[in-house]
Amino acid sequence: MSNFSVYASRLAEKTEHFTPGHRACVGCAEALAVRLVAKALGDNVIMVNATGCMEIISSPYPDTSWDVPWIHTLFENTAAVAAGVESALKVLRRRGKVKDPRRIKVVAMGGDGATADIGFQALSGMLERGHDVLYICYDNEAYMNTGIQRSSATPFGASTTTSPAGEKSKGQQTWKKNMPAICAAHGIPYVATACPSYPFDLMAKVKKAVSIQGPCYLHVLSVCPTGWRSASDLAIRMGRQAIESGVFPLYEVENGEWKLSMDFEKLIPVADYMKGQGRFRHLTEQDIAGIQEHVTKEWHALRKKCGLE
Amino acid sequence: MGKREGLEVSLAVAEAVKLARADVIAAYPITPQTHIVEKLSEMVAEGELDAESITVESEHSALSACLGSAAAGARTFTATSGQGLELMHEVVYIASSMRLPIVMAEANRALSAPLSVWGDHSDVMAVRDTGWVQIFCESGQDAFDLTLWAFRAAEDKRVLFPVMVNLDGFHLTHVVEPIIIEDQAAVDAYLPPNDFPVPLDPRKPVNMGTFAPPHIYSEIKKSQEVAFQGTRPVLRELLDDFAKHFGRKYNFVETYKADDAETLILTMGSYSQTASVAVDELRAKGRKVGQVRIRLWRPFPFDELRAAVRNAKRLVILDRAIASGTSSPVATEVRSALYNEEKRSKIASIVAGLGGRDILPEQFVEIIERGEKIADEGQKEPFEMYGVRG
Repeated sequence: MSNFSVYASRLAEKTEHFTPGHRACVGCAEALAVRLVAKALGDNVIMVNATGCMEIISSPYPDTSWDVPWIHTLFENTAAVAAGVESALKVLRRRGKVKDPRRIKVVAMGGDGATADIGFQALSGMLERGHDVLYICYDNEAYMNTGIQRSSATPFGASTTTSPAGEKSKGQQTWKKNMPAICAAHGIPYVATACPSYPFDLMAKVKKAVSIQGPCYLHVLSVCPTGWRSASDLAIRMGRQAIESGVFPLYEVENGEWKLSMDFEKLIPVADYMKGQGRFRHLTEQDIAGIQEHVTKEWHALRKKCGLE
Repeated sequence: MGKREGLEVSLAVAEAVKLARADVIAAYPITPQTHIVEKLSEMVAEGELDAESITVESEHSALSACLGSAAAGARTFTATSGQGLELMHEVVYIASSMRLPIVMAEANRALSAPLSVWGDHSDVMAVRDTGWVQIFCESGQDAFDLTLWAFRAAEDKRVLFPVMVNLDGFHLTHVVEPIIIEDQAAVDAYLPPNDFPVPLDPRKPVNMGTFAPPHIYSEIKKSQEVAFQGTRPVLRELLDDFAKHFGRKYNFVETYKADDAETLILTMGSYSQTASVAVDELRAKGRKVGQVRIRLWRPFPFDELRAAVRNAKRLVILDRAIASGTSSPVATEVRSALYNEEKRSKIASIVAGLGGRDILPEQFVEIIERGEKIADEGQKEPFEMYGVRG
């Protein structure tokens, strides 16, 4: 393993564009994901950041963790701001005012709240209009920045501060909104899911997305030890378990073609993934069996879309 | 030399945007602003204007796209009205706080409920304190001229604030007037290319919109406000410069037959011209009546206003908006501007012309006469509504 890390470090760009010294919680897999994405993007990029954890941890005035052009304005408008930046670059280049011949990639980023909830309309508009923007959703499955409130991306059964488990509640009572499928339904050229527990898969997908002309959507599962009430040293393992259990499969949708990035002959039980997480602690074996049934069904449906069943 | 044409005012605004060689237009259709963006879309489609037109899915996204565009260094235009401006509300603050030189044509419209697509000033009053330069048009020529001027003002490095050009919904946007449309060479000579000092550029990375903890927020807001309050001399200079180029002079505050007037009717926007007719009628009867028109609403032109009303005994202020639970917006502002003056006019606050209701010249005569009476007796209520049943 130690030999592999010597080898692996050569595969990743050494330069940090999302630099150390930010204020993320210990064990934050989202900050790790952002760091890996920034490495894969390089410096010829303009970042548009929604309000949320990543904005707050990286930009307390006058400090910043970003050494690429970066703009934050509001919570729900990130895709629209990115559309404005992209349109400006397009016309300025056409009129000879942007002289740099390299293609400047506009990348928008937001959490699951900024993406699946409050910024959903702006995202849909940006995708539908065909802007050359890569939108990355860092999904930690709740509004973590404001203190762990449920979002439409919170998984079934998870206890959050606004979907608390109690005498009459099992926590979140809705299934996770399927954002990658919704984005794919816009007919955009590239949609993918990724997780920083698989750094090379994540970076390869970012690079692929950047090489494609037109709107692309990347959905990154980001383990949040604070919000999931899990051990801060287990974020990487937990991300792997999410994938190995089929809870969060890794796949790509390229020009309408669905392709599984990682297939498994046998999935690990969802109980293995859920047991280290305080947000699921209140669930009974029967509850978990219900979740298992749903995950298995979705997994087979996805494999079918990918032509594997 | 420009060409005098009979043109719908909305189309004249679009002509000004075209002549300004705008780079990016992001707008969402809303009555009565729609003709402006329709015309601009047509110009782009016909290749008359080489711009990116972003057909956003909401006004919130319209102004948000403008933020991105202006931050990337493009000359940026949007247009909206009424509910659209209210949907943009939080973005309106961002544009000024981030010093992004966006130009907005704002077709003034009443606010729901009940739904009304017709004109008044309720929409702009809800964003009056957002740090935008706000200027009012009285005619089609004003709308064309001040749209050109707005780009020059917004992008001037001593200003760098967004500019809102207010034109009354329907009463201005939809009327056909003779308007001098300047030629491209003259506009190019007047309006230099946009040179935003800190654009988003990978060759020279900047970070914009970082968050401010309590130890620095006040300092940032103070610097913004000092800069905004400091724009007055520059805006004045830029209006002078416009007059040098095109021969039409606009002032922060305009007056009409005001020099020896004992009563002044104070108006803002397109109803000002109608009020002038009433002033003429009363003058013909030997009454010492004049008119003051506020053109620059933000930053508020304290000096010009005080100078304009200094000798008047009475000031009758027409508002086309209600500020719920207090006095009407323009009257409140003017009262506050005059409070520390030793010699103050007596003020009557009158609200009329809501939701597109006309005020005819003879009604202006009534408003002035009623206002004189209220001012002399001392106004007991926060304001009085004119010509309203019930």
